Amino acid sequence: MTQAVKPPLIQFTNVAKRFGALTVLDDFNFEVAPGEKVTLIGPSGSGKSTVLRILMTLEPFQEGQLSLAGMSYHEPNGTGPFKASERHLRQIRSHVGMVFQSFNLFPHMTVLRNVVEAPARVLGLPRGEAECRAIDLLAMVGLADKKDHYPSQLSGGQQQRVAIARALAMRPRVLLFDEPTSALDPQLVGEVLSVIRGLAHEHDLTMLLVTHEMRFAREVSDRVCFFDKGRICEQGAPEAIFTAPEHPRTREFLASVLR
Amino acid sequence: MMYGFEWDTATPLTYAWSILPIILIGLTVTLQAAAAGFAIALGLGLVFAMLRRSRIRTVSWTTAVVVEFLRDTPLLVQLFFLYYVLPDYGVTLPAFLTGAIALGLQYSAYTSEVYRGGIDAVPRGQWEAATALNLSRMQTYRDIVVPQIVPRILPAMGNYLVAMIKETPVLSVVTVLEMMALANMIGERTFEYLVPLTLVGVIFLILTLICSAGLHRLQKVLPKAGIPLR
Repeated sequence: MTQAVKPPLIQFTNVAKRFGALTVLDDFNFEVAPGEKVTLIGPSGSGKSTVLRILMTLEPFQEGQLSLAGMSYHEPNGTGPFKASERHLRQIRSHVGMVFQSFNLFPHMTVLRNVVEAPARVLGLPRGEAECRAIDLLAMVGLADKKDHYPSQLSGGQQQRVAIARALAMRPRVLLFDEPTSALDPQLVGEVLSVIRGLAHEHDLTMLLVTHEMRFAREVSDRVCFFDKGRICEQGAPEAIFTAPEHPRTREFLASVLR
Repeated sequence: MMYGFEWDTATPLTYAWSILPIILIGLTVTLQAAAAGFAIALGLGLVFAMLRRSRIRTVSWTTAVVVEFLRDTPLLVQLFFLYYVLPDYGVTLPAFLTGAIALGLQYSAYTSEVYRGGIDAVPRGQWEAATALNLSRMQTYRDIVVPQIVPRILPAMGNYLVAMIKETPVLSVVTVLEMMALANMIGERTFEYLVPLTLVGVIFLILTLICSAGLHRLQKVLPKAGIPLR
């Protein structure tokens, strides 16, 4: 049973990322196949979130190569911190969506408007069509009845579910989750995880998830990467990482978080 | 424009009543100048604030210098410059337009600082969410940032509107016939300044009181989180 080897959708090659004197990613190599669900775990400050933020073009990087769907993040004659034109970056962003730790919904817009805005403005969908899609997505995350509410009227879990619907409305190939449940009260974590779990069954959607929910990581991911000091220290199938970690740092970390 | 008007200086009250029509003509000019000037200040101030946040160093730096220059030189000097110096370089503008532009330019330097403070207060997560949704920078300003800062900057903008209204008499020095200029002319004819100047003062007071009340009301009506455009 051999599977045809697909070219990677995301490819980091020798990427270095520094904030001043602080090196966050160091000679970083990482590949993600189309449709793969990858979880990034590790101590805070190990560079997991930075990987997502670089992919979303929220942070530039200093060295190395990064490509997504065959497009390089650096243009040959690019200038500025991203070494690429805004037009090129927007083309890359059109394939990527992101869900943030602090939701970042637009507080002045209703739930529906939050989900409709980008497809209408950026993709140029007619408002009516964008609204139909938005309502479908809100139904999927179980919040169709809240469409006329404002974010401040929702719980954290509900806000995060709206944020997921908002990201999906742009039909990204890659969806990045940056600690999506870390800012939630414990009793609200479940509802958000169950929405993400549902997405994990979407065959075409590539997911990168930074989380501290180890049980959940084990359940939904195809691959788990353990980060330490700006590098992937160990990676593999969740079963292998969680039951038989090889690297002492991985063992140490898992022992501390799984108690 | 004074010909054909009769004024009655018998008592202060009849005097005031007889010159009221002329003063009210001046009032319309005052209002137009303030409205035009403030529209320029609101628009240009936002442009300055945005340019100042540009990632291109030369753009943000140049804008900072221009804003600082506009803020730190007297309105009167700017006004004279536009009215008397520009024609030497082939740019001749009507007095009213010159006045409105001078007011607008000076106040755009003030409003740009208000905008800047408002924009800085928008959480970084809002910008990042906008980027993640692939909104362009212009779309981010128009749909996300500006609607959110409107309730926050309203009080400061209101103060500048009132200040600008009170400063419109300066335009009389470049022959704009606003209220103050007309009151002055009436005084010159009748040798009786008390009534026209008091009248103008009272009208200014009423005007600014109305503005303050309106702004106060608006502040209460506007949702705190801001209003999306369209």
